[in-house]
Amino acid sequence: MKNAVGREIPDFLLKDGKEVYQGKNYMDGKYLKKASPCTRRYEKPQESKIVSSIAEALCQVGAKSGMTFSFHHHLRNGDYVVNMVMKSAIEELGLDDITIAATSLGDAHDPIAEYIEQGKVVGIQTSGIRGKMGEVVSAGKLKTPAIIRSHGGRPRAIEAGEVHIDIAVVAAPTSDCVGNCRGIGGKSNCGSLGYAMTDAKYADHVIVVTDCLVDFPNMPASVEAIDVDAVVVVDSIGDPRKIASAAARISQNPRDLMMAENVAKVIASTPWFKEGFSFQTGVGGPSLAANLFLEKYMDERGIKMGWAIGGICGPMVELLKKGKVGKVIDVQDFDLDAVNSINQTPGHYEMSASQYANPANKGAFVNKLDFVVLAALEIDTGFNVNVLTGSDGVLRGAPGGHPDTAAGSKCCIIVTPLVRGRMATVCEHVVTVTTPGDCVDVLVTDYGIAVNPLRPDLIECLDNAGIPHVSIEELKEKAYSIVGRPDDLQWEDDVVAVLEARDGTILDVVRKIKPLSLND
Amino acid sequence: MIPRPKPERFRLRRTMMFMNAQKPGLIKDAYIYGVDSIMLDLEDAVAENQKDSARFSLYHALKTIDYGDTEVIVRINGLDTPHWQEDIRVCVAGGADGIRIAKCESAQDVKTVEEHVLAAEREFGVEEGRTLLMAALESPKGILNAYEICAASDRMFGVAISGGDFRKCMQTKFQPDGVDMLAARGQMLIAARAAGIQCFDTVFTDLDDMAGFETEVRQNKAMGFDGKSLINPKQIRLVHEIFAPTEKEVRQAEAMVSAFREASAAGIGVFTVNGKMVDIAFIPGAERTLKLAKACGMYEGDLV
Repeated sequence: MKNAVGREIPDFLLKDGKEVYQGKNYMDGKYLKKASPCTRRYEKPQESKIVSSIAEALCQVGAKSGMTFSFHHHLRNGDYVVNMVMKSAIEELGLDDITIAATSLGDAHDPIAEYIEQGKVVGIQTSGIRGKMGEVVSAGKLKTPAIIRSHGGRPRAIEAGEVHIDIAVVAAPTSDCVGNCRGIGGKSNCGSLGYAMTDAKYADHVIVVTDCLVDFPNMPASVEAIDVDAVVVVDSIGDPRKIASAAARISQNPRDLMMAENVAKVIASTPWFKEGFSFQTGVGGPSLAANLFLEKYMDERGIKMGWAIGGICGPMVELLKKGKVGKVIDVQDFDLDAVNSINQTPGHYEMSASQYANPANKGAFVNKLDFVVLAALEIDTGFNVNVLTGSDGVLRGAPGGHPDTAAGSKCCIIVTPLVRGRMATVCEHVVTVTTPGDCVDVLVTDYGIAVNPLRPDLIECLDNAGIPHVSIEELKEKAYSIVGRPDDLQWEDDVVAVLEARDGTILDVVRKIKPLSLND
Repeated sequence: MIPRPKPERFRLRRTMMFMNAQKPGLIKDAYIYGVDSIMLDLEDAVAENQKDSARFSLYHALKTIDYGDTEVIVRINGLDTPHWQEDIRVCVAGGADGIRIAKCESAQDVKTVEEHVLAAEREFGVEEGRTLLMAALESPKGILNAYEICAASDRMFGVAISGGDFRKCMQTKFQPDGVDMLAARGQMLIAARAAGIQCFDTVFTDLDDMAGFETEVRQNKAMGFDGKSLINPKQIRLVHEIFAPTEKEVRQAEAMVSAFREASAAGIGVFTVNGKMVDIAFIPGAERTLKLAKACGMYEGDLV
């Protein structure tokens, strides 16, 4: 069945009430019956929940084959915990038939690819998938199609009971002996633990893995002891160098800077750019650099930003410290400046993934967002964005909060170079739709700006400000005139991944890519 | 093949951005930054043993990339090198809009280049006189001969000073107030205006010192330069902002030009606009202001 972004969704996926994507806000007003976990009572006072090993913790919570394990990705590419826990479950306890439900997965989790090939890990639910795992899933080696969700779609699915977490694992930079966790104060600090919060509340069992045990009570706790079954102390939960980079530096690349300047110009041309406006930006070159130019416009107009959300890094903390933004609320921290600021700098708060972006709760932060600036691997003439699959059709990306912020914000700006190497970023049809075009408003490239025709109000804003813009078709043609028009990808029928829209409908599927053969 | 329109001898040249002709990543789409002219360099940016490969890169860029309205000029190697003749052939064959003569010291230098350009135009079937010239003055002798250089050819559209070499010759170095090159800049400007061609200031090399850059560009404008050479796209916006006329200047120029056109149609030579006397002498300046305003997006009328 074809969905609202023109993608053919196979019928076998449309069961148990699953629908195809119908357009934004389709689920508005509908009711949600929240799932509840089945948790163990610890009535008898416990001095400590510390157990000697991950295997022991798994045994204590009754880990079995067929269970779903959840993880969060605050340790980013420095994470050791997913691999440690899976090794213990599969190699020590001999479990199989395992589903990994992670907020995101990356290159750090290459060893899991082996368990997928062995058929021990049979399900993956995640926002991001990269590296070897992306390759084996794309090759059709995972028993069930991977489910890709946005950061807001995941807590929605958990609350709706579409994902039932048997065991949630919290990678905690610090914990006390009963499992009050924080993202700071240890040796592998990551700042916010926002993505772990929903998991811990909805899982049957919660295991905390830490490399820094601190005195009870570890306050203010991000994940609270009231939800934790066991605490394991290991030598190291991650590689600090890969958890938080020294400081996200603003790009000096003239191309990035030019695009960033145009992003700021577009923002400044709209009616929402006024005292107290709200803003989110990614950490990619031109997205992050937009901070710099936005600050100039704020100074010129004598206005301040009311609040900023998102994954946060140094330049935004800098604005907070300078008093140019009222509050910063974050679900994840990207560099040491942000890690060292959360819950320390006045006005810098932590939030859960649900509070950040869940479309099914009663008002996530993204719904109050004026502007979001996002990147894209590809964007097509319907303004549909792909941030998941590469030009070879292989899984190597992450929707993250992209679809959530795009849908919630008043003005969603995509900033990307027109071409990357031999690839046209602006194209006829994206490989995979990860953010639907009805949520995307403006495209800023190094070769020009295009506004979604669904937004005549924004077209007027740009015209009034004298900002030149062209149609997205013109940009596409320009891109093809530079790098050529690629041949269509060759797919097999097997679905290897299902791309869920944030509301739970199906936005797209990724099929198995035909192996490349040079003999044809 | 991309056909380029015939170059305009006098056009807006607020910014000229240097880039190594050998770097495809830089030159493939340098027009996106909105610079008025790009200066593809075969001279100092290219190592001695890479001159040939730079020429190939330059030729194919000129032939395959649509630079649109952005003027494409090439800086060739000095006349004291074994490279300049081949440089000229490549520029002309590729259809560059203009050639910048490095280390120009005399009218004869301009004439020598002009002869070779003409020969190349004949060799490659390019319209005779199409290829424009500008001279870079890099030595005290060049500055002293500025007027004869500026007036040496009908192809000459402008002259520029090259600060690095000039300061070395003068045994001075960069001064924030510009006193190191004040006399040279002044003499060159007078010569250029006397010969009726444009005049461009040298590059500002400290990319991190945007305040110093702004001071220099403001002085350039105050002295009467037409534009400035740049080394990085991030310098473009400031120059365009500073060289832009004020809103008041634009309105005044618009009023003068339209009043003048009406008056001359009615056979009147002298008249007043907003209380000021205006005659034909004011009009070229007012028209220049309007052209500049149009390029800056400040004027959308049809008087220019």
